[in-house]
Amino acid sequence: MWVYIVRRLLFLPVTLVAVSLITFALGHYGPGDPVRVLMGNKYDEVAAERLRDELGLNRPFFVQYGDYMYGFFQGDFGESLRFIGQPVRDLIVPKMWVSAQLSIAAMIIGLSFGLPLGFYIAHKQGSWQDPTTVTIAIVLASIPIMVTVPSLLWVGCLKTDLIPCSGWGGFFDPRIVVPAITMGVPGIAGLMRFMRASTLDVLGQDFIRTAHSKGLGTLRIDSGHVLRNAMIPIVTILAFSLAGLIEGSFIMETIMGIPGVGRFAVESIFNRDYPIIMAITLLGAMAFVLANLLADVAYAYIDPRIRYS
Amino acid sequence: MALRPQSQPFEIVPDELDELAEESQRHRRSHFARAFSRLMRKKIAVAAMAIIAIIWLSGIFAAPLSTFVTGYEYTAQDYTAFREPPSLEHWAGTDRAGRDVFTRLLWGIQNTVILTFVGMFSGGLVIGITLGLVSGYFGGKIDGFVMRIGEIFASFPGILLVIIIAATLRPRILETVRWVEDNTFLDGLVRSGVVDYVVISVALVSFGWIGMARLVRGQILYLKETQYVESARAIGVSTPRILFQHLLPNAISPIVVTVSAGMGTMVGTEIVLSWLGLGIQPPRPSLGVMLLEGGSISVLRVMPWLLLAPGAIAWAMLLSWNLLGDALNDVLNPRTR
Repeated sequence: MWVYIVRRLLFLPVTLVAVSLITFALGHYGPGDPVRVLMGNKYDEVAAERLRDELGLNRPFFVQYGDYMYGFFQGDFGESLRFIGQPVRDLIVPKMWVSAQLSIAAMIIGLSFGLPLGFYIAHKQGSWQDPTTVTIAIVLASIPIMVTVPSLLWVGCLKTDLIPCSGWGGFFDPRIVVPAITMGVPGIAGLMRFMRASTLDVLGQDFIRTAHSKGLGTLRIDSGHVLRNAMIPIVTILAFSLAGLIEGSFIMETIMGIPGVGRFAVESIFNRDYPIIMAITLLGAMAFVLANLLADVAYAYIDPRIRYS
Repeated sequence: MALRPQSQPFEIVPDELDELAEESQRHRRSHFARAFSRLMRKKIAVAAMAIIAIIWLSGIFAAPLSTFVTGYEYTAQDYTAFREPPSLEHWAGTDRAGRDVFTRLLWGIQNTVILTFVGMFSGGLVIGITLGLVSGYFGGKIDGFVMRIGEIFASFPGILLVIIIAATLRPRILETVRWVEDNTFLDGLVRSGVVDYVVISVALVSFGWIGMARLVRGQILYLKETQYVESARAIGVSTPRILFQHLLPNAISPIVVTVSAGMGTMVGTEIVLSWLGLGIQPPRPSLGVMLLEGGSISVLRVMPWLLLAPGAIAWAMLLSWNLLGDALNDVLNPRTR
């Protein structure tokens, strides 16, 4: 087990270097010039050259890259090119926190509907409730975000005046309702189907029949035997979605005017603000790898029969 | 199960023997024929396939349909009908420039259909399956290499990689195409929208192969240990033949399921890219741009058809692929049946 964890962790820097190299090269050799974006219509050659020197953009590719990565592994993500003088870390950390709050709210909706529904319809396999619930969930999950948000706002903000139309006020502000529902409902469909499959797996096993035949009550079996075992694969999903916490949903954040990290990432791509794109992709990749590892470890911890080699 | 004559259960006359033989023949149909008949019994799956067929056909035949049925060009402006709600004249109304929304939808569907098909065919089917087969069958260093690359691509947060690729490639490809136009007798390439197609295709392919490669690899890892592969190798069957004639057909069920579910993702990604302004450029219509233009609460209030018409099409496409994927999973996957 430990060998496995260490080996995976040793591969983490390789992943990070590859991800960062791809991102940096695409940004560096891609078209567009951060200085041009920065100076806008006040562009003039001499000043631009001086600014480039100041920002270190005239150095060779690998010097810039090495410099950036050296700083990154020491926790210094560099300074933004667009917002001169502002450390990237100060710019993105609050935005990641905003996105994380939104993701948590969406996850709460997804979990609190998805898991019970999945558990329930697994017991109803073969009856009409099972396919109907799955179909309804897929129908709801397939509505594009760009349609859901304006429609929900039309109902909640224009017609009934329940919530303000856009903006962000934190986790306990009513403005979180529309984005949380929009992001949470697709999660219900996924979690529900996963929970259904996992519960069906457990229900078909011998020890459940044994439990029934020795006269245990249905409630006892469901809560003590079925649920506990059916939850094991769910833990993997949960560990995975931890990585999604800091990613943010840029469509949602753009439509709703939420100052999250997803929207900021896309803006930075258009502004050629490499240090910010780099920091966001690298942190995202790191979270992904660690969450993956966490999922594997949690799996082995809950179910000791699982061995990794 | 063969039918037995009710009256004389144990006596089989030659006539009936023939019938029985025929009956059992009919039941010895291939795995796919059986899966297909199970699929056709699912009303939802049939409906989903019908919707996909209708949408794809109307996209493929956008040109004749817009000439003979709606009678408008997608850029043609009707100066007497700005912001008209749906009517007999304009089935889905007109937009702010007086263009017929229904016609623009048809052409937008065409773009989505072409792009998702190209993305799935080249990324998922060709690259994904080949890499999966190779890395599963040969194992070792090749396997490690391919899977690590996949892991690296997959660890980019969200679809950020797709966006970065699309954003940085567009001007480069535009330059190249302009150069081709200047230096060869080819003309009008840029205007025909080739650039948009190339950009989105590359972006879609770049992530479309990973899931498929992993899936195929997993199947092959299991299948290559089976005896029939061993015996094929023992009698000297060539490696490509083992890969494509013995291994691939046995891994086809999960591939079909993945393709169907993956098409939904492709459609969604294409719409998002166009929505961001990285895909099809105006005035060429695309579902993403139409959703962007109609997708604000102030537009929804006065001209709901601008959002709801493209929204309904996008929704129907995503929904049908997802439902079909779910149904295919039911009939093809022996574990969940």
